[in-house]
Amino acid sequence: MSTIEQVPVTVTVNGKKYQRFVDPRMLLIHFIREELNLTGAHIGCDTSHCGACTVEMNGMSVKSCTMFAVQADGASITTIEGMAAPDGTLHALQEGFRMMHGLQCGYCTPGMIMRAHVLLKENPDPTEEEIRSGIAGNLCRCTGYQNIVKAIQYAAAKLNGRTVQEAAE
Amino acid sequence: MNDMTPTREQREAQLQGMGCKRKRVEDIRFTQGKGNYVDDIKLPGMLYGDFVRSSHAHARIKGIDASKALALPGVIAVLTAEELKGLNLAWMPTLAGDMQMVLADGKVLFQNQEVAFVVAEDRYTAADAIELVEVEYEELPVLVDPWKAMAPDAPVLREDIKDKTEGAHGRREHYNHIFKWQVGDRPGTDEAFARADVTIKETFYYHRTHPCPLETCAALASFDKVKGELTLWGTFQAPHVVRTVASLLSKIPESKIHVIAPDIGGGFGNKVGVYPGYVCAIVASIVTGRPVKWVEDRMENLSTTSFARDYHMTTELAATKDGRITAMRVHVLADHGAFDACADPSKWPAGFMNICTGSYDIPVAHLTVDGVYTNKAPGGVAYRCSFRVTEAVYAIERAIEVLAQKLGMDSVDLRMKNFIRREQFPYQSALGWEYDSGDYYMAMQKALDAVGYKELRAEQARKREAFKRGETRELMGIGVSFFTEIVGAGPSKNCDILGVAMFDSCEIRVHPTGSAIARMGTKTQGQGHETTYAQIIATEIGIPADDIMVEEGNTDTAPYGLGTYGSRSTPVAGAAIAMAARKIKAKAQMIAAYLLEVHEDDLEWDVDRFQVKGLPEKFKTMKDIAWVAYNAPPPGMEPGLEAVSYYDPPNMTYPFGAYICVMDIDVDTGVAKTRRFYALDDCGTRINPMIIEGQVHGGLTEAFAVAMGQEIDYDEAGNVKGASFMDFFLPTAVETPYWETDYTVTPSPHHPIGAKGVGESPHVGGVPCFSNAVNDAFAFLGSTHIQMPHDPWRIWKAAERLGLHQ
Repeated sequence: MSTIEQVPVTVTVNGKKYQRFVDPRMLLIHFIREELNLTGAHIGCDTSHCGACTVEMNGMSVKSCTMFAVQADGASITTIEGMAAPDGTLHALQEGFRMMHGLQCGYCTPGMIMRAHVLLKENPDPTEEEIRSGIAGNLCRCTGYQNIVKAIQYAAAKLNGRTVQEAAE
Repeated sequence: MNDMTPTREQREAQLQGMGCKRKRVEDIRFTQGKGNYVDDIKLPGMLYGDFVRSSHAHARIKGIDASKALALPGVIAVLTAEELKGLNLAWMPTLAGDMQMVLADGKVLFQNQEVAFVVAEDRYTAADAIELVEVEYEELPVLVDPWKAMAPDAPVLREDIKDKTEGAHGRREHYNHIFKWQVGDRPGTDEAFARADVTIKETFYYHRTHPCPLETCAALASFDKVKGELTLWGTFQAPHVVRTVASLLSKIPESKIHVIAPDIGGGFGNKVGVYPGYVCAIVASIVTGRPVKWVEDRMENLSTTSFARDYHMTTELAATKDGRITAMRVHVLADHGAFDACADPSKWPAGFMNICTGSYDIPVAHLTVDGVYTNKAPGGVAYRCSFRVTEAVYAIERAIEVLAQKLGMDSVDLRMKNFIRREQFPYQSALGWEYDSGDYYMAMQKALDAVGYKELRAEQARKREAFKRGETRELMGIGVSFFTEIVGAGPSKNCDILGVAMFDSCEIRVHPTGSAIARMGTKTQGQGHETTYAQIIATEIGIPADDIMVEEGNTDTAPYGLGTYGSRSTPVAGAAIAMAARKIKAKAQMIAAYLLEVHEDDLEWDVDRFQVKGLPEKFKTMKDIAWVAYNAPPPGMEPGLEAVSYYDPPNMTYPFGAYICVMDIDVDTGVAKTRRFYALDDCGTRINPMIIEGQVHGGLTEAFAVAMGQEIDYDEAGNVKGASFMDFFLPTAVETPYWETDYTVTPSPHHPIGAKGVGESPHVGGVPCFSNAVNDAFAFLGSTHIQMPHDPWRIWKAAERLGLHQ
């Protein structure tokens, strides 16, 4: 029940166009989670460190807690909910995270997958070191990252048409 | 049999039972953003709560003026201690037998303490309103240093109990004293020390830190005035305990309180306790008649809801000159902050600190723990460990190194010489525990062989010579730790929380068509219970794991249990699963005997079926039996195929492991690089090797964080330093070392499936391993102990003290 004047925002999220009137100070993460009811992206800190809120905006990784919704006006956004194919087939990254045990509590996972998605677009066949530095803006408290690295390698291999390693351990 | 009949191996593989690397069921929803965490839940008419917090560490409250906040459109209510007093809820009991303010009552005792609770239509308005609440403070002297807590002129922190000489754990010696806890044989220990050839004494400070799960604590309370029912969603590692406490506090019958823990984004001990935010959300919902959500932000999380450690451990060992340890003496000064909100079993004010004799056959020992109040946040939770075991293992594993240094022995040789030997199990420790099983020597030897320990020491010797000659500015440290955990709390004879015995439970219902649901008293926070519990059931009763649904966290449907922490899920609930499954199997055997027209004793179990001994073609599968159990049971038998088990463990379990770390330290920058980390864990029977490996990776990473930089520190005025990710060290993928994992298997003899639990071992064993590596690097220069956390600044300072920068 804010007294601040609402402003219009138009965004395309996961291929669908949304128009809303929002407080100019509303953060993009709250817009996505509460206005659009897409709760896959999470909030883990207040300082742009953890990356749990990472989404893809106009092909780039953004921490949606660090932007206002109004700054996304006109943008095209992909969230974790838009990663699987319309027929439900999981993206290679989603499959890789499961196959390689790249997640535990699942809280960082949507942000981690969205970050990895852009990373693999920029660098389709990254080394372990490149993956580690590429996901350094996303924190995970459960996995120790080792199997996240393997999950991203799994996806890279699959997307490059190589045979993929069977399972973790 | 035709060719289509599956072989025994195929049937076994189809079950995906114990021992296989079953992929996780949970991941299907988590990888698609379909998890359901507390903040994802939205109810019609939902309000948001937010706290006004104290800027001072110790101050009297002269007045609170909420009028400006209440005038802001969208603000519904502002609660203070005065409002809560009307409901007798201004204070709440802690798990440790103390009382804690829900909202500041008369004074504040730590920075960021909860002073008032603002309830508003949305979270932005709530955040605006807390800025408008005016609180007038009168500053009081601040007590930060626990060593000064019991000084005659120390400020009085807890005016509510300043004249009480008896606390929840016996006599209090000072108004800032909480308890003195003593275990062991004092005269015997004194005598052994007096006779010893060699003794060492060192004070190890295990600094204050925080479990810091990626999801902060949160609750959503919805009180239905018409029905008189409360539904509470929250980040609860122990939902049933929350229900019981909520009932005791609110006087609402427990049957009318529905506690639901949905998906939890990591816990690590943070989400065991009951926090003011939960209580205020409930009260606000009762007062406003609308659902109220409270979600803490990261700074609130790090600075208020629980801390871990903060133990000053003066540790002494006595030994013969050839390295036989003859006695141990430990004194702990425990900084509990403003309220004793330690999350330990109620009779254990210092948790299981008395496991501090570690993996060694030490004939006599004595432990004293003094708990004191300071102007810091309350807590004392078991951060990825079983109730102070991390502290205990740190004390003994550092002390072993210091003793080895004094004896001029390799610390591995000293460990080997003093290990509890395989034939000594079950082993009675000097401080009162009965270790169930172990083969320490074999595990240590396997670790040494795996890393090439002798060659590492030779390399280190060469590097030290090169350093002395000025050819390098890098020192090599080799860290070794050998730990014994004590998990699975616990036997009702010595473990309870607020009088509730620490059993755990499982209810299994096999449906007529042969699938099943299992409901549990525990609550996963990432451990993968939905996957592994089904594997246990699959092996026990022959239903494929994919056909078994595991449900946790709903207190209306789950049997009462004490929750998940202290690595208790596998040792206690895992046992309850096996026992419930065996009840089902016993009934199934009777039905199979009836159907096959043989005596029960003429049947044998084979993977997924009972078959007639010697006639494997005559069988009934569990699926066949399930249908009959409901629709055509034997005459006189009750229909149905379900069972409940409440398992009260006869003993704790004692997982163990051998860890070795190799580090290279630049003495000019203080940067320590972990070159190699090898972890061997023995958690008894292994249910899912993939998940075990994942747990070990995660525990080691948290150990790395704690040992190498993570801390919650205070300045002299009681300002909490570093309570955000700007300063609080959470390693990224770049800093985190690569983990090598290995194992041995020594089943627990008293557990139905022999499993011991693993989630916390790597943290418990990892911290001393890292710290030993840093200390080992400098040991040849005469340094006996460098305090954690070993961030580059502190390592640089240690090098400076040792004259390495001249």
